[in-house]
Amino acid sequence: MSAQFTFSLSRFWAIVVKEFIQMRRDRITFGMMIGIPLIQLVLFGFAINADPKHLPTVVLMADYGPHGRTLLHAIRNSDYFEFVREVASEQEAEDVLVRGEAQFVVNIPQNFSRDMLRGERPAILIEADATDPAATSNAIGSLRVLMTTALQQDLRGPLAYIAGSDSPIELRVHARYNPDAITQYNIVPGLMGVVLTMTMVMITGLAITRERERGTMENLLSMPTRPFEVMIGKVLPYILVGYIQVVLILLASHLLFNVPVYGNIPMLFVSALVFIVANLAMGITFSTLAQNQLQAVQLSFFFFLPSLLLSGFMFPFRGMPQWAQSIGEVLPLTHFLRIVRGIMLKGNGIGEVMLQLWQIALFAAVVLTIGVKRYRRTLD
Amino acid sequence: MTQHRTGRDLVIDVRGMTKRFGQRLVVDHIGLQVGRGEIYGFLGPNGSGKTTFIRMLCGLLRADEGSGTCLGYDVIGQSEAIKAAVGYMTQRFSFYEDLSIAENLDFVGRMFGVADRRKTVERSLERLGLAGRRHQLAGQLSGGWKQRLALAACLIHQPRLLLLDEPTAGVDPKARREFWEQIHGLAADGLTFLITTHYMDEAERCHRLAYIAYGKLLADGTVADVIHQAGLTTWAVSGPNLHQLAIEIRRQPGVRQAVAFGDRLHVSSDDQDALEAAVTAFRASPYEWHQVDTGLEDVFIHLMQHSPDNFSS
Repeated sequence: MSAQFTFSLSRFWAIVVKEFIQMRRDRITFGMMIGIPLIQLVLFGFAINADPKHLPTVVLMADYGPHGRTLLHAIRNSDYFEFVREVASEQEAEDVLVRGEAQFVVNIPQNFSRDMLRGERPAILIEADATDPAATSNAIGSLRVLMTTALQQDLRGPLAYIAGSDSPIELRVHARYNPDAITQYNIVPGLMGVVLTMTMVMITGLAITRERERGTMENLLSMPTRPFEVMIGKVLPYILVGYIQVVLILLASHLLFNVPVYGNIPMLFVSALVFIVANLAMGITFSTLAQNQLQAVQLSFFFFLPSLLLSGFMFPFRGMPQWAQSIGEVLPLTHFLRIVRGIMLKGNGIGEVMLQLWQIALFAAVVLTIGVKRYRRTLD
Repeated sequence: MTQHRTGRDLVIDVRGMTKRFGQRLVVDHIGLQVGRGEIYGFLGPNGSGKTTFIRMLCGLLRADEGSGTCLGYDVIGQSEAIKAAVGYMTQRFSFYEDLSIAENLDFVGRMFGVADRRKTVERSLERLGLAGRRHQLAGQLSGGWKQRLALAACLIHQPRLLLLDEPTAGVDPKARREFWEQIHGLAADGLTFLITTHYMDEAERCHRLAYIAYGKLLADGTVADVIHQAGLTTWAVSGPNLHQLAIEIRRQPGVRQAVAFGDRLHVSSDDQDALEAAVTAFRASPYEWHQVDTGLEDVFIHLMQHSPDNFSS
């Protein structure tokens, strides 16, 4: 056999060297190979915590007796609960839960201490926002243990007779919005936001870089048209695609997963529009950074990965450290998840929705401004 | 070298057009006058600024300096009006490969707001012999057909000026010939053309030429003007081992260039006497010498070799 059929070290090396040169030239791909593992390392290593603690809790006290206080003290010491404030009425407690400000409401009923001393086993009521069962289950689990031990200090000497029975009080947990702790109730509506984020950012990024990559952008710009017309015209079909996705997921969650819908569906559609626009804006901005379609896809991953992990979709939002929550608060998916879950499971109205929606709109406005500015620059 | 032409019939009349990309001066104060119905050839080496100049004309790029008019509109301030009246064919095929021929034409028709669009598209399909392929995807077309489609699309809004950037690159000779016949037919109807090309035969088909290198306009006028301006005398020589001869004769004083043309060598100089002296030294057999008319290609090679390369610095 001639030499060309044997393995040539120099030919092999030529390929290796060429690959390294090309890898170095394609900065975004290189950045992605280094950046994605780093992001994953940081997010999975530091940000994500499947056992969330310090969950915001409000207290509704109708009895200020000593034993109620002991109990609250014990609850606070458990690390799972962090008392943020006291509420004055049941209505206020309800509002706090609906808006998602607190995860738990602890109710100390009237005459709690007196009833306990009488051996009537008064009930302490814990209301939990159980939209995301993963966020509450461990905390609730810890409560049950707590109940048996918390009052042991108080029940000594003359009160020892109460400690003798199985438990001096009753723990009543009211898992709101998702009483059966069905994971799908949380995941399926959330999926709407995830799917929209993934497709909208990637597809607009692709659609615009494709014009540049194939040279059609130059032709388009030589026609008497405004950048705004091109942008809006290119993006509108994808808004429609986004709505098809929304409808599909809504149908699936209703027909396949029996997820209840307590809120107003038209309001969900309006919110989805703002959210879709925010993601399209992100895609447009990425397309001004990417040189080709591959880079556009890679860039959208840089956005998608934190969205997925820090928005509260995969892991409880409140389980993350403060810095991760701050990043999460910027991401549109975080707020859209709250809107979707709020509308579908909690029956949120316009007031609660607006609290989240303006933040998505702000994100869209900022990113779109950057995108349009950068787009203009690429004309020249 | 430019004889200034004035009058109502100037379609392009610009002065001092300049474009910098960062520190690089890509187009250096180029002025150009093109009359109505003229086919104006734009020549120059790759990277000489031809495409940049054309992009400035049609408003795709903003000129850093310069003034003048294109189709009577201000070349700096009225780029939208210019865009609407100009057909620009990019160097690379820039229509949608995943749309059919008819869909592409229809799209362009809409973008330019063509009146009676359906009929216009239909007529355009027939005129360019594309009717039978209307549903074929543009991406499946061969180079020649793609070029036909691009031309048809550029013409659909009935522009008064066509800017064609290397329209025949990668097109076979037959299609090129047909293309040029079409161009001449359209020019006869009053359409004006600015065409960049690297082919000498195409340059000779233009009414007037401009040659630019490294952003500077080095020569313009008719083919005869351009050749005359260069002031070159050329001898052709045939015989064995011309490559060696070329190396030797280039060392002779006064010889500006020795360029192989098939089995002959063209030796040119702007100093007639010096050239004759140089040739005399190699008169002996086996070489056969005769003086020939200087061709456009000799002139262009001369221009290219003797213009400073401002990019290599």
